[in-house]
Amino acid sequence: MQYIRSHVLICAGTGCTSSGCKSVEQAMRAEIERLGLTKEVKIVQTGCFGFCKIGPIVMIYPEGSFYCYVKPEDAADLAQQHLLKGRLVERLLYRDVQNPKPTAFFTDIGFYKKQYRVALANCGAIDAENIEEYIGVDGYQALARVVSSMTPAEVIHTVKASGLRGRGGGGFSTGLKWEFAAKALGAVKYVVCNADEGDPGAFMDRSILEGDPHSVIEAMAIAGYAIGARQGYVYVRAEYPIAVHRLSIAIEQARKLGILGQGVFGSTFGFDISIRLGAGAFVCGEETALLASIEGKRGMPKPRPPYPAIKGLWDKPTLINNVETFANIPQIILRGPEWFASMGTENSKGTKVFALAGNINNTGLVEVPMGTTLREIVYDIGGGIPDNRAFKACQTGGPSGGCLPAALLDTPVDYDSLTAVGSMMGSGGLIVMDENTCMVDVARFFLEFTQDESCGKCVPCREGTKRMLEILEDITKGHGTAADIDLLEELSVTIKGASLCGLGQTAPNPVLASLRFFRDEFNAHIQDKKCPAGVCQELLTFSIIPEKCKGCTLCKKVCPVNAIAGAVKTVHTIDTAKCIKCGACIPKCPFKAIVR
Amino acid sequence: MTESKCVGCTGSYTRDEKWDQLDEVMAKHKALEGALIMILHRAQLIFGYLPEDVQRYVAKSLNIPLADVYGVTTFYSSFSLTPRGKHRIAVCMGTACYVRGAGDLLTAFEKALGVKVGQTTTDGLFTLEASRCIGACGLAPVLTVGEDVYGNIMSAERVPDILRKYRAEKQQSEKVGLC
Repeated sequence: MQYIRSHVLICAGTGCTSSGCKSVEQAMRAEIERLGLTKEVKIVQTGCFGFCKIGPIVMIYPEGSFYCYVKPEDAADLAQQHLLKGRLVERLLYRDVQNPKPTAFFTDIGFYKKQYRVALANCGAIDAENIEEYIGVDGYQALARVVSSMTPAEVIHTVKASGLRGRGGGGFSTGLKWEFAAKALGAVKYVVCNADEGDPGAFMDRSILEGDPHSVIEAMAIAGYAIGARQGYVYVRAEYPIAVHRLSIAIEQARKLGILGQGVFGSTFGFDISIRLGAGAFVCGEETALLASIEGKRGMPKPRPPYPAIKGLWDKPTLINNVETFANIPQIILRGPEWFASMGTENSKGTKVFALAGNINNTGLVEVPMGTTLREIVYDIGGGIPDNRAFKACQTGGPSGGCLPAALLDTPVDYDSLTAVGSMMGSGGLIVMDENTCMVDVARFFLEFTQDESCGKCVPCREGTKRMLEILEDITKGHGTAADIDLLEELSVTIKGASLCGLGQTAPNPVLASLRFFRDEFNAHIQDKKCPAGVCQELLTFSIIPEKCKGCTLCKKVCPVNAIAGAVKTVHTIDTAKCIKCGACIPKCPFKAIVR
Repeated sequence: MTESKCVGCTGSYTRDEKWDQLDEVMAKHKALEGALIMILHRAQLIFGYLPEDVQRYVAKSLNIPLADVYGVTTFYSSFSLTPRGKHRIAVCMGTACYVRGAGDLLTAFEKALGVKVGQTTTDGLFTLEASRCIGACGLAPVLTVGEDVYGNIMSAERVPDILRKYRAEKQQSEKVGLC
């Protein structure tokens, strides 16, 4: 038997692929071959490690050494120093923003310390394109146990007892959903996996599909067994080519081993899965719209009831769960519902994956037990805000959630606490904003998104979001009036109350939350015609601080409309009537004398 | 049908070859329930966009009204009814990218290319788009040119470099990929 003494894990998630991991892998292979180590060192291309910002990431086991920002030219050093001589290549080790001492092992890195990985357990640990590696980490054992020794009722009971709630945003009890679908009458039923991850700023479903597609396949088959379905569909965004590719490979491999298809594990239970591609419509994340899209129609939602569990895909009982929800299932079966329920808070069990992004030092995917506070995520895991700028808000729940201020940083992340403060869990996007972000502009940004994505079926959503957007645009341009805020609030109530689906029912949330926590900023835009963050172009006035200006003429040269006057070595001035507020002068000034 | 180069594509396929490709796709997926969106995805890969005659042909082959096909092609943002440039520049406008300056980046591209978002340059080389979140938030702000991803574009000064690369390979034709 071949003896492999070292495994070189190279992250091949979307982040690291964009940072150039492919050429790093090729260089490592060439180097290992050159040194004659091919029989003792194995290179594994894995899914996402989560710490996307510092990619391409290379991890070497059994030591667990964590190298970041690796370039193809570093391959020689890694192979000769680490693999041949057993020395750490210090210059490639991770260095914390606060602590410049290199960290040798990934378990010591602040970003990973407070994390507890369940749904992401295999992401970054196994080769996603090799089913044997998944089997090697107990993959498909849960499915084998289910079909050989559990009744469907026992499976549903286990999922119910775990307390798992839908991770896509709704937060409905997964076990109950399974029970409804199981009780529904009908010979033909379907299991659907919602991988239409449309929330801007959330990318955990993508990472799971790229890094651990088999866990989703296994969970879908378990769900099929529990509710009595023989066919599953994964509805995935066409914008995720790597995820689609790896999922197709995984399905094919599972079929070859008899895990999918007729007679799963030789039992009488048969199950198969097809992939359906989305085509760019946010509303298809709504379950009834998603089903219409799988049927090849316009993705427009339908009134519920009847719920999909009773009348779903092609009018047959259908169970729909999100990718992250499914990824928890195999471990719940293997480790027991009590284990899962021991994590989290009273009403939110288990862990949740968050996509940490925006103005934060450590961007990436983090998985924490429910009940962890926003402060722990932003500061302990995320490493705080870059360049010592001040924290202003963190946004959860995407276009359905809201921006929370610094005063609420000690809010624990669970479904109920986030809803109580006017935001929501959503699918787990967590965008951090610093003092240079304008909250009115962010509210406008989200309304622009929902207005554009509204399918147009109900008037309150279609027309209401448009009107709200117009008011917000007026405010950011300095045309806001005192009555606008009341009007926004009135429209919000109507849209939330009278829209058919979740898109409309939550579309006003970003505006309402911002009005609640950042009303001063709205007032500054409306009454003083000022944008305190310096974002809204129309409200800016550029000026030169005379004490700082040395008269170097650099700003004058770059101004496209000749709005800057002044001779060499004399203080310059900006003619605000001529100025088009393009901002070209600001980066040119070596003395930081131009302010807006 | 006569052998003629198709307008608005890379020129790698003649018109007949494209229709043959479409026929293959239809034969493979026609029987599948709810196949319309999958077929349109592939048709767009072949033709570069979805011209009216392709939509008519798909409707006829599936035996459904043209209105159903048109309804779908106009509902989803992935489908285009007009020819697009050889390189699609898509600046991600997800929240993470937006708060890190994607808006300024988009403006820089508009200036550099002389077109507005959604338009194609007169030489047919570039189409500028504002895309929905592509899930690479760790690298925000992000943009894609075709299949190439550019991350951490914190300064609009990199825009000319990016464009130069594609202008240089203007003469090279590339095969249309099919899955």
